[in-house]
Amino acid sequence: MPSSDKIAIRTDHLTRHYQMGAALVRAAQDVTLDIAAGDFVAVLGSSGSGKSTLLNLIAGLDRPTSGAILAHGRNLAEMTSEELAKYRSHTVGIVFQAFNLLPRMTLEENVELPLRLAEVDRNERTARVREAVERVRLGARLTHRPTELSGGEQQRAALARALVNRPTILLADEPTGNLDSATGDEIMLLLREINETLGVTIVMVTHERPRAERFAHRMIQMSDGKVVSDGAPQ
Amino acid sequence: MKIGDLAELAGRNLREALLRNSLTTLGIAVGVASLVAMLSLGVGLQNLANNRLASTGLFDAIFVTQRSNYPGFGRPEGPVITPAGPPRPLDNDARRQLEALPHVAEVYPEIRFPTEIHYAGNPYGTILAGVPQSARNDGAFDGMKGSFFSGPSANEAILQIDLAKQLSKQPDSLLGKEIDVRYAERQALPPAPAGKHAGQDSSSGGFSIVPHEEKLRVVGIVETEPAAGFGGFGRGRLLIPLQVAETLRATQTNDLRDLLRDGPPRQSYESLTVRVNGPTNVKAVEDAIKQMGFSAFSLLDASRNLSLVFAVFDLFLGIFGSLALVVASLGIINTLVMAILERRREIGVLKALGAADRDIRRLFFVEAGAMGLLGGIFGVSIGWLIGHAINLGTNIYLSRRALPGISVTAVPWWMVAAAIAFSIAVSLCAGIYPASRAARLDPVEALRYE
Repeated sequence: MPSSDKIAIRTDHLTRHYQMGAALVRAAQDVTLDIAAGDFVAVLGSSGSGKSTLLNLIAGLDRPTSGAILAHGRNLAEMTSEELAKYRSHTVGIVFQAFNLLPRMTLEENVELPLRLAEVDRNERTARVREAVERVRLGARLTHRPTELSGGEQQRAALARALVNRPTILLADEPTGNLDSATGDEIMLLLREINETLGVTIVMVTHERPRAERFAHRMIQMSDGKVVSDGAPQ
Repeated sequence: MKIGDLAELAGRNLREALLRNSLTTLGIAVGVASLVAMLSLGVGLQNLANNRLASTGLFDAIFVTQRSNYPGFGRPEGPVITPAGPPRPLDNDARRQLEALPHVAEVYPEIRFPTEIHYAGNPYGTILAGVPQSARNDGAFDGMKGSFFSGPSANEAILQIDLAKQLSKQPDSLLGKEIDVRYAERQALPPAPAGKHAGQDSSSGGFSIVPHEEKLRVVGIVETEPAAGFGGFGRGRLLIPLQVAETLRATQTNDLRDLLRDGPPRQSYESLTVRVNGPTNVKAVEDAIKQMGFSAFSLLDASRNLSLVFAVFDLFLGIFGSLALVVASLGIINTLVMAILERRREIGVLKALGAADRDIRRLFFVEAGAMGLLGGIFGVSIGWLIGHAINLGTNIYLSRRALPGISVTAVPWWMVAAAIAFSIAVSLCAGIYPASRAARLDPVEALRYE
């Protein structure tokens, strides 16, 4: 086990249950794991296995029913909603399967959005946006709207948006789920580059085992809300 | 999020659903317009009433007379009061003292006496009255034909229309013409050789009355009889500058009283009108005059009651005008609730990117406030136009009846500011529920929403 100062994320008996009608859904059950800073972790599992729930809990978008989630030593379960918003703004970046770019904004404006929310000085924003967009190699498409971009470009734009506030943790929920194989690989290469050059801890939820095996350093298999296997790719 | 960024995002969101937001804003504008139109009518009527009443000189004037203990003439019958001493005469000394009182703008006597006008070889009996120069500005001569006196000592006359019609079938032709005015002049008698007051005064105190004639040029004709306080010049039909009237030494009713008074002969006034700087000072000045030993009377209480009536009138107009704005606020709630449904996923994205509940709430508030601001500005403009239309219609109606124009509506700056502020406040109140609902959205649920 890595020393605590090198741990980016620690979950301790993390449980998330919710009610769906009369049924109690056990989305995450007693999940305990450590993710080292700078690691590239893939969380695998079938639909309903609890991998997205785990990601939402780590992202601070959801709160656990019991247990703890520590990000750089701070327990998210004990944070106020205001503190969680700050955590999402400054510590984590999130990439979604559906990209979730705002359609009426240009690429530049989409990438600038987290900087606005973090109240970054207006003069600094332009440079930060350009830096993030150059990193995902979309410098020529700044003024384009999402509908004018291909799927791969949209996901790269979403990556730039996730990175613009310089987070230490990048959470990706099925980042290649809506892309063809070649474009998916491009995105995975980009994630690897980000992980290696910036040292950002990446937790990626995916159901594509072969791709996870190629790019991730560690694979966590979930089923019925529990971690069923955890280790390096074969 | 900083307010500038909030405003920019809100503006972008409002432009996104342009038609719906424009219609909602128009709804607010109609509400504000109704409120402004109602209030402008209330304020306009109040101004009109105040101006008309102010022009009567009733509400900033105190009518001062010599104290008297004569029974009758409206005073209740009762035991005859024996005064401690003779009543203080209302003479030039008293006038100077009254002029020196704080908040007193001017003091002028009531000078009115019967005269005979000779014009085109015919005599016409009428009453002449002196008009102070200040009457020019207080609206008493609004709508007159010709002009007011060119100066306080000009030998000029303004005729009341009925008198002008008596003098000529074409009253307007009298403007610029000269008329002869004959009146009874008071001429002091020489000192009595061995009289009571010998050696005390250049006159004996007695006087003779002789006819005197003065030429006056007609400069104006008043359609309606100008009011001028309790005494004043209102009942005169031939109006001349007060300063000129005072120099005429015309015989007046109080001359007989002066003749009977003990002590050195001294001319006194029947009454003096004290004009005060603003109705609020009337009470203090009135009390001071009573302390000086004179009778004083004002219509201050009537003025207060009038203000109260208009305050209640304005309140009710405001309430009825606000009803449309309340209905418009429902439109804001509806629009913003629709926006939450449409932008559910976007709200989830914003929260995932670091937006706090507070940011989402403020974003919706800014959108509601912006609709209120735009609706307020637009509504005030419409309300102002409605006010002008009412004025225009009223004046067309009045001009067809040969009556002078008036302004029945008024949109003062405070109303513009208050209406816009009220519009924003109502819009923000309407935004409370949608903004709270948007802020409370679960980001996980919102992101799952298709």
